[in-house]
Amino acid sequence: MTSSSPLTLTRRTLFGAAAACAALAAIGRGHKASAAQALLNVSYDPTRELYADINHAFAAKWASTHGGSALAVRTSNGGSGAQARSVLEGAPADVVTLGLAYDVDMLAAHGLLPTNWQTRLPHNSTPFTSTIVFLTRKGNPKGIHGWADLVRDGVQVVTPNPKTSGGARWNYLAAWGWALRQPGGTEDTARAYLKSLFAHVPVLDAGARGATNSFVQRGLGDVLLAWEDEALLAARDLGPDKFDIVVPDLTILAEPPVALVDKNVDAHGTREAAQAYLEFLYTPEAQKIGAKHYFRPVDPTVAAESASIFPAVKTFDIASLGGWTAVQKKHFASGGVFDQIYSK
Amino acid sequence: MNALASSSPDSARRSPAEIALIAAAYAIVGLMLVLPPVLVFTEALRSGLGAALASITDPDALSAIKLTLEMTVAAVVINTSFGVLAGWLLAKYRFPGRGVLVALIEIPISVSPVVAGLVWLLLFGTQGWWGEALNRVGITIAFATPGILLATLFVTFPFVTRTLLPLMEQQGRDAEEAATLLGASFWRILWGVTLPEARWALLSGVLLTTARAMGEFGAVSVVSGHIPGLTETMPLHIETLYNGYQSVAAFSMAALLAIMATATVGMRSLFEARIRREEPRKAETAGGGA
Repeated sequence: MTSSSPLTLTRRTLFGAAAACAALAAIGRGHKASAAQALLNVSYDPTRELYADINHAFAAKWASTHGGSALAVRTSNGGSGAQARSVLEGAPADVVTLGLAYDVDMLAAHGLLPTNWQTRLPHNSTPFTSTIVFLTRKGNPKGIHGWADLVRDGVQVVTPNPKTSGGARWNYLAAWGWALRQPGGTEDTARAYLKSLFAHVPVLDAGARGATNSFVQRGLGDVLLAWEDEALLAARDLGPDKFDIVVPDLTILAEPPVALVDKNVDAHGTREAAQAYLEFLYTPEAQKIGAKHYFRPVDPTVAAESASIFPAVKTFDIASLGGWTAVQKKHFASGGVFDQIYSK
Repeated sequence: MNALASSSPDSARRSPAEIALIAAAYAIVGLMLVLPPVLVFTEALRSGLGAALASITDPDALSAIKLTLEMTVAAVVINTSFGVLAGWLLAKYRFPGRGVLVALIEIPISVSPVVAGLVWLLLFGTQGWWGEALNRVGITIAFATPGILLATLFVTFPFVTRTLLPLMEQQGRDAEEAATLLGASFWRILWGVTLPEARWALLSGVLLTTARAMGEFGAVSVVSGHIPGLTETMPLHIETLYNGYQSVAAFSMAALLAIMATATVGMRSLFEARIRREEPRKAETAGGGA
């Protein structure tokens, strides 16, 4: 008799647990429905301060043009690749503002937005550009002036993991493009250079901000390969007496794109607000906010006004390396050049 | 055993090796366990108590605290209910596969929390087995509260059962059999006979569940989507603040979490002491009964 009761018991338990789960799922649904007048911007790592300001400015503008109705814009930050992966797995992004076009292409390939997304907004859907520079300790004690100095003995280089971080991929490609363009440069010499470079990297953080933290707050390494905005933030705002910026003679033009996630805005009913948000990024107001946070504005007037903020750089673009799809496949896919040079 | 060792009155004549060992134990505990919280509080109060308190009352911070408390309460209620029934079943009955069940319940302790989070994504992510289908009927699990709850439930699954099981096994089933013969219903036996005996162990398990649920980072991080003000629990919000160069806010939140966890663990230590005091008495009664 006693041995039959535990069986009914477990069935009851299971039923109870199922009911509890269903109830909680319902709560989850309720949460989402009540948050209809909100936008989620899933972004890459170093844009925390930028989008905090832009969200604020946009909410004010939205309220003034929509009879004072409140619109909360939230931003989630992380490594570009990891963030794209979250959106692919269902993170409810209305817009993505990622570190590189390939991550958005990946979402387009899975049907979250049309594959021609980059033609829907001006400047290849890129409201701000950036580039890759070096951040060194104050006074540049290791005498680092260009890419060649990074692979000298005793130099430790901090850069995040190109598998998860958009910034890290730009870092890697800046180094690759520079090595290719050296006298006598070939793919073999570029490969050898990168192998030597990554032998100088003590840790691979998952995202750009993690790498900046390793360098700035934990004091790791001699030189940080970083987004220009990240480096300027550290050098000018976090520790003017602690860091120097070094601009290499040649680097890459980084174009972190923005895009509307059609599948999600249609599900949330937020297309109008999301589109307005992205268009707002191109207005002089937002462009100035960008320049303030060391993102290079694409608006010519604002760019001219803020020219003094940014060092002069000589750059090549991703197209000169064959475009993201080819670059991704060749370098960062499983077994690609990065895996080869990093594992050996 | 412990009580015997600590009360042995040979403190007057300690060998140098013994003294060195005790000193090393204090040094290691100081370095590994005392220093980190001290640093957390120092960093939190770097700009004064006012700044620390202000950072905790920021809307995103409040939302993180609220979500953490909600998830903790839900996880404790669900896992306590399950844990009591599972502990009862496993302690009082012998059936085929019992050993396998005992081993399975321990899985969350050995599996990395990141893997635990990824499993839920594999099931409930839109690229996962059931995510797309559930989405179509309007149910969102991943990157929303239910996913965070599932992750928390998974990592706190074994604690109540694990603390209850040894005690319930030790109790045997005589009392329950007597109650059954007297005509008590199943629930009456559970509430009236089994649980009162195990109440301190149960509380200890509940508090362990609470501490773990509040502090869980890895599993929750995978399924959360890190949306400030929406799906960030306290541990995740601490990381976001730290990455945003808001050290004072990050460490203030960490200090609050540490206080909550310490209170929980402190209560648990009290109950553990209570259990230890009750056990000898029970052993006596059991011995007298036999």
